[in-house]
Amino acid sequence: MSTAEQAETAAAQLKIVKDATCTFCGCVCDDMELTVENDRITKAKNACVLGKAWFFNHHIEQRPQATIEGRAVSYDEAIAAAADILLEASYPITYGLSDTTCEAQRVAVAITDWIGGTVDTTTSVCHGPSGMAFQGVGEVTCSLGEIKNRADFVIFWGGNPAESHPRHFTKYSLMPKGEFIPNGRKDRTAVLIDVRRTKSAKAADIFLQIKPRSDFELAWALRGLTKGVDIDPDIEHKTGISLETLTDMMDRMKRAKFGAILFGMGLTMTRGKHINSEAVLALARDMNQHTRWVAKPMRGHGNVTGADNVVSWSTGYPFGVSLTRGYPRFNPGEFTTSDVLARGEADAALIVASDPMSNFSQPAREHLKNIKSIVLDPKLSETAKVATVAFTTSTYGINTAGTVYRMDDVPIPLRPAFDSPYKSDYEILKAIEHRIRERQLSAAVS
Amino acid sequence: MNQTSENYILIPGRTSRQGTSLNQGKDSTAYREEINTLLMNPQDMQKLGLADGDRVRMWNDVGNVVVPCKSGKQELPLGMLFISYGDISSRLMGGETHGSGMPDSKGLDVSLEKHADSDD
Repeated sequence: MSTAEQAETAAAQLKIVKDATCTFCGCVCDDMELTVENDRITKAKNACVLGKAWFFNHHIEQRPQATIEGRAVSYDEAIAAAADILLEASYPITYGLSDTTCEAQRVAVAITDWIGGTVDTTTSVCHGPSGMAFQGVGEVTCSLGEIKNRADFVIFWGGNPAESHPRHFTKYSLMPKGEFIPNGRKDRTAVLIDVRRTKSAKAADIFLQIKPRSDFELAWALRGLTKGVDIDPDIEHKTGISLETLTDMMDRMKRAKFGAILFGMGLTMTRGKHINSEAVLALARDMNQHTRWVAKPMRGHGNVTGADNVVSWSTGYPFGVSLTRGYPRFNPGEFTTSDVLARGEADAALIVASDPMSNFSQPAREHLKNIKSIVLDPKLSETAKVATVAFTTSTYGINTAGTVYRMDDVPIPLRPAFDSPYKSDYEILKAIEHRIRERQLSAAVS
Repeated sequence: MNQTSENYILIPGRTSRQGTSLNQGKDSTAYREEINTLLMNPQDMQKLGLADGDRVRMWNDVGNVVVPCKSGKQELPLGMLFISYGDISSRLMGGETHGSGMPDSKGLDVSLEKHADSDD
């Protein structure tokens, strides 16, 4: 090969993808600059540590594109087996969906509708309680751009953005200069409320180390203070935070021009759950009697917000939706996947872009590994290892285009970096849907 | 109840290292190490005669795990434990969601004692 030809070949194998979208966490940063060499991302400019790990570790793995009971099979055989499992099940569930495109999520909901199953997403073990709270209280909301441009008082409650959303501070909530925040960090007061003194505490001006299981009481006491109610100083015994500190904080909150409460799993996963989220949402709502306040959940995965949107506009409810009677029913605790598995009710599962075998409760995991499941994942996850039918998929945002929603419900397009030999979630789900409909329609005719 | 066990509150949660290493794969050494390491308050460790790397047994009515411990330095108050969420924390999570869909995933009541083989 001549030098010119060698240079041309080298240049053809190196590509820069500008404005790519990172989907590791709910920040969904869309200012990535990816360097791609021989189908590997070697540089990810602007990505945080989590984003870099995401981009650098999703190269193409050599695995069968489909397996049945661990045995490599043709794609068509796997699609047929998947459709059979779902059609023959008495209580099929569709779960996951937070790490795939909206386009694929829609098909997953459609499949569940055709077979009369229950559709649920990772929301149910993340901000599902907040979703329930939205229905009870409502969400005073805004975009992350508004927080960047307007928020002069930010409360991080029950979350650790320094480790879970590394660019949130720098891109939106703490450091950046905004239209009405000309001096950036200096114009902002940051409060962290948590049971642990995490890495995020260093970033805050005020750290309130709350006692475990007292977030509801703290939020309710603050609500009382917004309304001029006398709060019993015994609040300190329950929460670990003195009435004096709370009163001082409320004075500062009332003097803010635009305040934001950004809350996480410390509220949704602990005693109270949806009641904690309700308390914080109600607090933000009540603060609007004095000045502008919002409360927003910090979403963990790249497209869990998309899943909420897609399931909501498809069924009327955000997660934990039963379509078993041919119309949507919503009842957390009855139709949510943790419960349906832990109680041994589901007899088949379609699991897309999530890994419940790694993170679900023990009784749920025990049951899941004993029922038939169809799993779609780019990696050989713990869930894929126990699958009856497993598909290796391309990775959204790296190989596959589509739409995702940032944590503030802003839809953002994906700009993939290189192609994958594996099919996308969307393609596989469409094929399963097609096969299901073929069988249902031919059964109807005969 | 075992005379030497103590009651603690366990907080499973995300860490940077857990988030980066899970991309390498959940079989990776880094991920396994991270989700298996229990952070403790240094005074609690001293009370139980524990040093970094000593193994502890942690249990509740759902499960029973043995993991190495490490000082959480200034991070944790007395009586609180932290672990990166994953297989170990899942083994201690029960199925009850109190009608919310969400199992008790943080603030779990656990008992803890120095594991017998830590003295070897």
